[in-house]
Amino acid sequence: MSAEFILQQLLNGVSLGSIYALIALGYTMVYGIIQLINFAHGDVMMVGAYTGWYCTTVLHMSFLPAMLVAMLACSVLGVVIERVAYKPLRKSTRLAALITAIGMSFFLEYGMMFLVSPQTRTFPPVFPQTIYHIGPLTVKYGDIVIITVTVCLMTLLTVVVKYTRIGKAMRAVSFDKEAAALMGINVNNVISATFAIGSALAAAAGVLIGVYYNTVQPLMGIMPGLKAFVAAVLGGIGIIPGAMLGGLALGLTEVFVSAIGFSTWRDAGAFLILIIVLIVKPTGLLGQNTREKV
Amino acid sequence: MRWEKNLILLAAAGVFFVLTSILAGRGLISRFVLLTMTQVCIYIILALGLNLITGFTGQLSIGHAGFMSIGAYGAGFIMKTFDVQAGPTLIFFIPFALIFGVLVAAAFGVLLGLPTLRLRGDYLAIATIGFGEIVRIVLLNTKALGGASGMPLKQFVGWGAAYWLMLLSVVLIYNFVNSSHGRACIAIRENEIAAETMGINTTKYKVMAFAIGAGLAGLAGGIYANHMYMIQPSTFNFLKSFEILVMVVLGGLGSITGCILGAIVMTVMNNALGIFPEIRMIIVSVLLVTMMIFRPNGLMGTTELRLPFRRGPFGTKGDMTNGG
Repeated sequence: MSAEFILQQLLNGVSLGSIYALIALGYTMVYGIIQLINFAHGDVMMVGAYTGWYCTTVLHMSFLPAMLVAMLACSVLGVVIERVAYKPLRKSTRLAALITAIGMSFFLEYGMMFLVSPQTRTFPPVFPQTIYHIGPLTVKYGDIVIITVTVCLMTLLTVVVKYTRIGKAMRAVSFDKEAAALMGINVNNVISATFAIGSALAAAAGVLIGVYYNTVQPLMGIMPGLKAFVAAVLGGIGIIPGAMLGGLALGLTEVFVSAIGFSTWRDAGAFLILIIVLIVKPTGLLGQNTREKV
Repeated sequence: MRWEKNLILLAAAGVFFVLTSILAGRGLISRFVLLTMTQVCIYIILALGLNLITGFTGQLSIGHAGFMSIGAYGAGFIMKTFDVQAGPTLIFFIPFALIFGVLVAAAFGVLLGLPTLRLRGDYLAIATIGFGEIVRIVLLNTKALGGASGMPLKQFVGWGAAYWLMLLSVVLIYNFVNSSHGRACIAIRENEIAAETMGINTTKYKVMAFAIGAGLAGLAGGIYANHMYMIQPSTFNFLKSFEILVMVVLGGLGSITGCILGAIVMTVMNNALGIFPEIRMIIVSVLLVTMMIFRPNGLMGTTELRLPFRRGPFGTKGDMTNGG
């Protein structure tokens, strides 16, 4: 294996990993706030991809406006899902909430299948098919867009979470919901905002995946969704930098497993990582151990 | 008193079997209905196993189809290797293949149950999803077991065998749940830390529940393999695990009769709506979400259906679980 080959795979891994990281951020933010694994998240991404497809194919928008429309539509969808399905269950058992999330995920998948038919659609070429040669590396225009968009969105998210009022409220709610409520924070609004932001990021990831693989399909959210979840767990669920790290790590692993000739095993690789992480350090790479109190 | 009850139930089961056999023999029950009835039996066995893990022991598992596929491929492997043909040797090979499937699945249950030492709640659910997916991908990549195109088999197990094996599983789970082991499992569900303080070896019972539940899934897989002519890795995907979970949740987490009802309702509905797969899944998911919001413990909760005997065939189980 030559150095160029490894560099090239690193680049591919980073661009795939940054998509996973975008989806993983939504998982991790929601988990940090209400301790719920939002299984429907991958399917929100799928809805985002379809919105992007609709905007570019039918409405002939260019890439950036299409992505913004998709993000807006999905943040509304995320808030609606939270209000309708998750909010009534906030006080019930974890099992009930988890099963509801799975139910919601299937509802989105098959509802979409019913609406737009199960056939696979082709994404129009929204980018020029330019290929740059930087030294020995082949860089597609799409790769550059994916990495730029991801970096911008992550920076934006970090700024929002660290320096704005709503970001501060989010951190307070995830630290202690009751204490935050006592301090006058409207917990319901904060939870809705979290869902809105997470879903918007997922929609961006969806449009990027659609553009990257050229296709959209109602069940496209399952695998990236599960893998992004693996990424979130790998980095330490509930921790925002952890999701970014986990996403990149997962993307790189997947690309390298394929590169050494085991492409049919690459999904198994992701889940194997998950099980190993869960057994060795369930709190993830950046997580801290907490003792369970009686 | 107890003997009388059991005898009456056994007689009722026998009469039902004889009736359906006669009707099927005369062609009054169509092949489709008979297939649905066999599938109901398979799903009841699956739901019973998952109910033991999730409903009675409180460990959320979403990888049940993984155990089912291990059992199916285990049984299928035996039938293929010995090239079993119809004939008198079946009486030996069918139980051998089924038991082999059960044992392999149960062994994997122990393997997966051991990490539950460290994992709880959501994390366990995720690990079981990962397990189910890994099993599917391994089967997909194993040429010796047919890979993606699957393993063609003959139909050696019919409605009769499926029916009696289903009854056997019900008796097994019923007796297990009402034994001291079963009570230990229920104690773990109610409060793990409290159970541990009371001297229950929580790891042992969690692994035991996983082994029995996985073994039953293996049995169901073995029946499936020997009934459906063909097994493919794609049959045993996440969706299948989810369907089994829905049956248990719908009927009642921690209710044997509840999960039997859930399995019957879901399988009949699945087959009736088979031509509209999207609508079927939309109905299932909406049903699930509304159930969780309005009746999070399932239709039956932990209560059991009782027949009008003087003391009820399901004893005082309801009182026991509600007291916790």
